[in-house]
Amino acid sequence: MGTALDIKIKRANKVYHAGEVLSGVVVISSKDSVQHQGVSLTMEGTVNLQLSAKSVGVFEAFYNSVKPIQIINSTIEMVKPGKFPSGKTEIPFEFPLHLKGNKVLYETYHGVFVNIQYTLRCDMKRSLLAKDLTKTCEFIVHSAKGKFTPSPVDFTITPETLQNVKERALLPKFLLRGHLNSTNCVITQPLTGELVVESSEAAIRSVELQLVRVETCGCAEGYARDATEIQNIQIADGDVCRGLSVPIYMVFPRLFTCPTLETTNFKVEFEVNIVVLLHPDHLITENFPLKLCRI
Amino acid sequence: MAVFPWHSRNRNYKAEFASCRLEAVPLEFGDYHPLKPITVTESKTKKVNRKGSTSSTSSSSSSSVVDPLSSVLDGTDPLSMFAATADPAALAAAMDSSRRKRDRDDNSVVGSDFEPWTNKRGEILARYTTTEKLSINLFMGSEKGKAGTATLAMSEKVRTRLEELDDFEEGSQKELLNLTQQDYVNRIEELNQSLKDAWASDQKVKALKIVIQCSKLLSDTSVIQFYPSKFVLITDILDTFGKLVYERIFSMCVDSRSVLPDHFSPENANDTAKETCLNWFFKIASIRELIPRFYVEASILKCNKFLSKTGISECLPRLTCMIRGIGDPLVSVYARAYLCRVGMEVAPHLKETLNKNFFDFLLTFKQIHGDTVQNQLVVQGVELPSYLPLYPPAMDWIFQCISYHAPEALLTEMMERCKKLGNNALLLNSVMSAFRAEFIATRSMDFIGMIKECDESGFPKHLLFRSLGLNLALADPPESDRLQILNEAWKVITKLKNPQKREVNTVLADVIKHMTPDRAFEDSYPQLQLIIKKVIAHFHDFSVLFSVEKFLPFLDMFQKESVRVEVCKCIMDAFIKHQQEPTKDPVILNALLHVCKTMHDSVNALTLEDEKRMLSYLINGFIKMVSFGRDFEQQLSFYVESRSMFCNLEPVLVQLIHSVNRLAMETRKVMKGNHSRKTAAFVRACVAYCFITIPSLAGIFTRLNLYLHSGQVALANQCLSQADAFFKAAISLVPEVPKMINIDGKMRPSESFLLEFLCNFFSTLLIVPDHPEHGVLFLVRELLNVIQDYTWEDNSDEKIRIYTCVLHLLSAMSQETYLYHIDKVDSNDSLYGGDSKFLAENNKLCETVMAQILEHLKTLAKDEALKRQSSLGLSFFNSILAHGDLRNNKLNQLSVNLWHLAQRHGCADTRTMVKTLEYIKKQSKQPDMTHLTELALRLPLQTRT
Repeated sequence: MGTALDIKIKRANKVYHAGEVLSGVVVISSKDSVQHQGVSLTMEGTVNLQLSAKSVGVFEAFYNSVKPIQIINSTIEMVKPGKFPSGKTEIPFEFPLHLKGNKVLYETYHGVFVNIQYTLRCDMKRSLLAKDLTKTCEFIVHSAKGKFTPSPVDFTITPETLQNVKERALLPKFLLRGHLNSTNCVITQPLTGELVVESSEAAIRSVELQLVRVETCGCAEGYARDATEIQNIQIADGDVCRGLSVPIYMVFPRLFTCPTLETTNFKVEFEVNIVVLLHPDHLITENFPLKLCRI
Repeated sequence: MAVFPWHSRNRNYKAEFASCRLEAVPLEFGDYHPLKPITVTESKTKKVNRKGSTSSTSSSSSSSVVDPLSSVLDGTDPLSMFAATADPAALAAAMDSSRRKRDRDDNSVVGSDFEPWTNKRGEILARYTTTEKLSINLFMGSEKGKAGTATLAMSEKVRTRLEELDDFEEGSQKELLNLTQQDYVNRIEELNQSLKDAWASDQKVKALKIVIQCSKLLSDTSVIQFYPSKFVLITDILDTFGKLVYERIFSMCVDSRSVLPDHFSPENANDTAKETCLNWFFKIASIRELIPRFYVEASILKCNKFLSKTGISECLPRLTCMIRGIGDPLVSVYARAYLCRVGMEVAPHLKETLNKNFFDFLLTFKQIHGDTVQNQLVVQGVELPSYLPLYPPAMDWIFQCISYHAPEALLTEMMERCKKLGNNALLLNSVMSAFRAEFIATRSMDFIGMIKECDESGFPKHLLFRSLGLNLALADPPESDRLQILNEAWKVITKLKNPQKREVNTVLADVIKHMTPDRAFEDSYPQLQLIIKKVIAHFHDFSVLFSVEKFLPFLDMFQKESVRVEVCKCIMDAFIKHQQEPTKDPVILNALLHVCKTMHDSVNALTLEDEKRMLSYLINGFIKMVSFGRDFEQQLSFYVESRSMFCNLEPVLVQLIHSVNRLAMETRKVMKGNHSRKTAAFVRACVAYCFITIPSLAGIFTRLNLYLHSGQVALANQCLSQADAFFKAAISLVPEVPKMINIDGKMRPSESFLLEFLCNFFSTLLIVPDHPEHGVLFLVRELLNVIQDYTWEDNSDEKIRIYTCVLHLLSAMSQETYLYHIDKVDSNDSLYGGDSKFLAENNKLCETVMAQILEHLKTLAKDEALKRQSSLGLSFFNSILAHGDLRNNKLNQLSVNLWHLAQRHGCADTRTMVKTLEYIKKQSKQPDMTHLTELALRLPLQTRT
């Protein structure tokens, strides 16, 4: 019984903005004709929040999952109960992405404790004997354009500038200089900058950029704030040449980043750490909060 | 059986020739003729269409008169006809843009003078090898079953298995230790294959994983001597990957309607393709480690074309900067080499990146001598002099890319920058091997200065001088500097080449001086050979070459025979190529005879046929080039000397015989056919030379043909008895012809060759005058006896065909004047003057031959032979028709009988028969041939039922 249900969104990259019309086709393909009790299409956008075990305790986290916040939800009936002929049937659809009231269409984001996701679900109801068919398909929402003002940062890292050091005397001497072109970043453009190893007694093993998400969920008991790594990009491998600038360059991964978001219930923020590993076993980290936006 | 008398027809050759010749028609201007020179007359409509078509061939190829293809379409090909109906403005715009693009690309595409990477590849693989054990550390879940089990030790197996269990989800870490180089290469090849497999089975993620893991291997510098080869192997995989990705995305752009042109712009790519392309880039951008991220991105650089026009030009500088993050100088220089390579392939017009790479490299150059590298070398137990040579492949490549079509100013700047850096032997070397030879040559003094200042410890100086020398061999340094260059270089080492006689002599002398003690030359044949090759390449005038005093002593250093012969071959090859005019220079002759003798003496029983042929070809080339002008005797004595020298090479002997024959004919030409007593004696000497040389040859047909040929030459020179001797020798050789002969290693029946030779022989025999002491036609009789006794193949009609030819010969002989003559030689026609006795003898011979033919025809009456009988009968019929006098009743009757015989069993080809009959009817219209009308009436055509 090869009846297949598929949703094809018109745009290849599946990206839509608030106010636009999401369009596409539902494709039903079957060798034989298909009897059905109606086909409906649901568009849904939700924010899923989850508390981390670290901040509220294991059990709490398990039971006390915060209720998902619904951003958008609408269903349309595409086809009344009836019969599809054999072969391929394409049914076009259109959903306007309009919100009621003062709700905001947040940008799609896949995190650990915060998930913002938009889906299209197509259901075909069928008679008792045959199973209902369902197909879900994610589409991506990009939020409205924000403002961007560049904010360059220069930094210098020496043993003296470090906090949180146990035995400062044991540290080898080093001097790193660098700058980030902006800590306010456009999400579609890479994070750029430069890093110069002016001097270092110890050989350098590696320099890495660690992109970190900081998710904050509000709940009855208060706030839970967790920082987790999204990705780690090595920008220098081995003992790099002294005095020669090494480019800092990182592309923000899609889906796992979104413009910095702050709402009453949750927050999504980003930071970048410059991590320098020295021989034999020293780890130096410098942290920069980022503000992402979309223009 | 009745004996049929033969009556040959009287022929008037002149009249026949006149009647047979085609009428010559003068060619009117404008008429079509395939051999007429081409004139260009291009019509206007054609021109317009030309622009649209992709080929931009010039109009010279279009011929004046209608091209059969385009004429059908009235000058418009179907494609452009459709195009013409489309909107002309849009069309013009499209054409314009495409042309502009093509124009732009023309100056950006790498020309054929750019040495491609593939040339370097093999060299690197062969040069950088190791005997140490290697290891591959791969991290992926896939080919569990496939691990090279045979090579793994037990403990290894356990370890692999445990790790597989550990990381069942993610994939398994596999560390293969103790691999030999060959194992390593095999493993990489396996990976390359599994990459292709994964791609083919649509496992794109797995393919990417493989590529990432492979490029990760490039960050591993253990067993550093092997690094360059490793680079080559792994970049092969990257190339494969890059190609796969590009082709896949490209194929997505191709929909049913149109195919994307080679030079497409991003707007032409559809959204799906772009999205896929973006996905790849995002995926790669999130690769954790620097080196794999760099290599994988570089490998799919070309895909930027789908996204934006400026993509590549933005990516290249970024990737260049990215390399700065690679700490190990060796790893980084190879990364640069890869980037340059990809850059040159994808966007050769973007020179900036190349330069940037170079300058960045200079900035990090000091790292090579830094502590980190030194420590690493100590750990691996590698000395600096063997570490530094790991750099040149990558550096040479980068430098080559930069210097390709680079302006002088840039090169000068680069050189200045290199100069500023201390300890720059390595740089110098690469500069010299990559930059244009002319550039180096004009600055050779500077270079020598720099070389002198170099620190000997890191990079051996002789290598530097070698690179310099290679350049100087390609381009001349300024005249004034030459001696100084030589002196300077000489102080260091003896490796400089320089195309002046005196210098070369000095160089050779010095090399000899250095190489002779302790027979040092035995170890350096390849280098010495190289020297010879360079010298030969520059001396096209061989008299100068051999007047270089030390050249022959230099040759004497090649004492190993195989090498010696190789060198001799080179010399002869160059001689044949460059010597334009025949020579009699005693220096050249002496030296080359010596060289040829060396080659000839290397021939022994074990020498391959091919080798012999090669040597013969070279020696023949030499012999043909020797000419003493009018001094024919000297020439002959040279040939005599050559014969004694090259007696083992048959083709050379054959050449000598031909040369001597030519000499004889030339003498005749000089004397205008009237030999004086002296020249007659000389010609006889030539003939004698041939006569005694031919029997030493092995090939039977070579001998036969040479006998015939030499006989003809002797005849032409009025050496009648000598000619007789040649022909007799040929006749007596015929019975020795074997039934099968070896041609190109295959056994073939010899009959067809024999037939060919005999026919040729017959036509010569026509004009050979009879010897007064022998009987009439003694040569023909003797030959007939031989043919009679020769054991012919069963079931073959060759003998009869030959007899038919003999019949032709005999009828030609019974004419009053023969078809052709040799100047100053009286043939039988004038000797006998149509004497009736001679004619009777002749006819008697004909009768015998005819009897033989008829006898044979009778034996062919059996079923399977009927077809042969029919065709032989017809051919005999034709012979009678052409040569026989059909007014004779018996002959007439015979021909009618033959006609019936040919048709009797329905084996004859009706069309041939019809044509023959038509011919007869046509002939009968001629005045003295009326009797043929009657004959034609007696020849019925058999209708097939």
